[in-house]
Amino acid sequence: MNLASYGHCLRGVVSRELLRFVHQRSRFVAALVRPLVWLFVFAAGFRMALGVAMTEPYQTYVLYEVYIVPGLVGMIQLFNGMQSSLSMVYDREMGSMRVLLVSPFPRWFLLVSKLLAGTLVSIVQVYVFLAIAYLYGVQAPLAGYVLVLPALVVTGFMVGALGMLLSTFVRQLENFAGIMNFVIFPMFFLSSALYPLWRIREGSYLVYQIAALNPFTYAVEMIRFAMYERFHAVASSISLVTALVLLGLAILAYNPARGMMARKGGGGE
Amino acid sequence: MDSRGVLQRGERVASPRDEPALSVKDLGFSYSGEPVLESLSFDLRAGEFAVLLGPNGAGKTTLFSLITRLYAYRQGLIRIGGHDLGRHAIQAHARMGVVFQQPTLDLDLTVRQNLTYHAALHGMAPAEARRRARLQLARVEMPERLRQRVRHLSGGQRRRVEIARALLHEPQLLLLDEPTVGLDIASRRALVDHVHRLCRDQGVAVLWATHLIDEVHPGDRVIVLHRGRIRADGSVTEVASRAGAAAIGEAFDRLTGGAER
Repeated sequence: MNLASYGHCLRGVVSRELLRFVHQRSRFVAALVRPLVWLFVFAAGFRMALGVAMTEPYQTYVLYEVYIVPGLVGMIQLFNGMQSSLSMVYDREMGSMRVLLVSPFPRWFLLVSKLLAGTLVSIVQVYVFLAIAYLYGVQAPLAGYVLVLPALVVTGFMVGALGMLLSTFVRQLENFAGIMNFVIFPMFFLSSALYPLWRIREGSYLVYQIAALNPFTYAVEMIRFAMYERFHAVASSISLVTALVLLGLAILAYNPARGMMARKGGGGE
Repeated sequence: MDSRGVLQRGERVASPRDEPALSVKDLGFSYSGEPVLESLSFDLRAGEFAVLLGPNGAGKTTLFSLITRLYAYRQGLIRIGGHDLGRHAIQAHARMGVVFQQPTLDLDLTVRQNLTYHAALHGMAPAEARRRARLQLARVEMPERLRQRVRHLSGGQRRRVEIARALLHEPQLLLLDEPTVGLDIASRRALVDHVHRLCRDQGVAVLWATHLIDEVHPGDRVIVLHRGRIRADGSVTEVASRAGAAAIGEAFDRLTGGAER
């Protein structure tokens, strides 16, 4: 086995994920409708109440719709990451996780391939969303749509690795609702996705502190700055480090000797 | 994790012919303090069809989980084609094909997409993957199903696709964990006969776990597992006569049912 065979393995995992995505049209529609409802209904309604004052990286006063688009991009990736963690629990119950894990390739490589596949799916969703937002009138500079790509990769890995890690703790599919309530919602609402941090601080200092500790805040800011052709070094480094730490923990958790799999997972007897 | 250097060495040097396809020595495993498997030892050679016979809860699935590295074992040794699973998992897994108890095909994908996905997981180039998919599908006598969605296949056909998938990388060892679950009697019979034929024709070693005595062929080797221990190991006639029974069914009842009461 050589480098080329690693490439074949990666391509196989990615194309399976894309094929499955193509076949699950309802999942795609749901993934798009969610942020679009926020954009069309929530943002349009709140724009009167919540005009966002001038804030970095925007050059001028921006409408609320413009402000929340990067946050909604993060939301798409967050949901997608959790969705793949759900599918990993499902795969484990259904056994296809085992098919992946009996591959002779090193386990870290299989898990990274899986994460990359999920990230690519989320990036496809993000660009379709951004295209609709563009037509609606939320338009970033064209270069921003290219520059945002690395930020989307980092965010995809971060939330995907988080989902992967969580999937080792979830014993059954039914417990997944808990992840919705205790992971997705707090991560999204307690971040700078909906309001800038300085505005949150005016409202509640405690919430501000939580949001400032929330890695999702930094992912959203990284995306926001990249979209407007700026590089937010602090946000990007925090996001990258978080992604790597979560990835390391997820790989550890899927290690048969040390991880959670020894205690949980398949095996009816 | 194993380095790639080790992997390349393993690629060039094929396993010696006299190494058993599967070798289990003194294997033990506990699950939250309760022993599930206790000092299991057996060898399986190329072309040998062994039925791992045991009632539900005997530890069959646990044994499979250890061989497939879902769980790590701390006690004993597993070797596949002479490669230590604990130290050289990559070479060991490259020589093993598995059919799990639960169906594991992607229903929305075609037969070919399922097979080439598995080929990619074994590092095969796309052209080679498609060639082998055609070959193995022909061997399980369903070449015309290549482009069909798995969802449109019957239970027995899905199982045969899974067997083709498990043999795609031409392993020395084929593991099947209760593969007839959910099949009707005719498909069950056909599947048992089919894997026997594959074993004979391709010289692959087969470990077939079941609790159904009628899946045993007269020429098979039988390993009776009960409460985590091997109660008997030998040919059908040996196991029967050693248990003082006229037939293998009676021997199985004595070896397992007897211990129950």
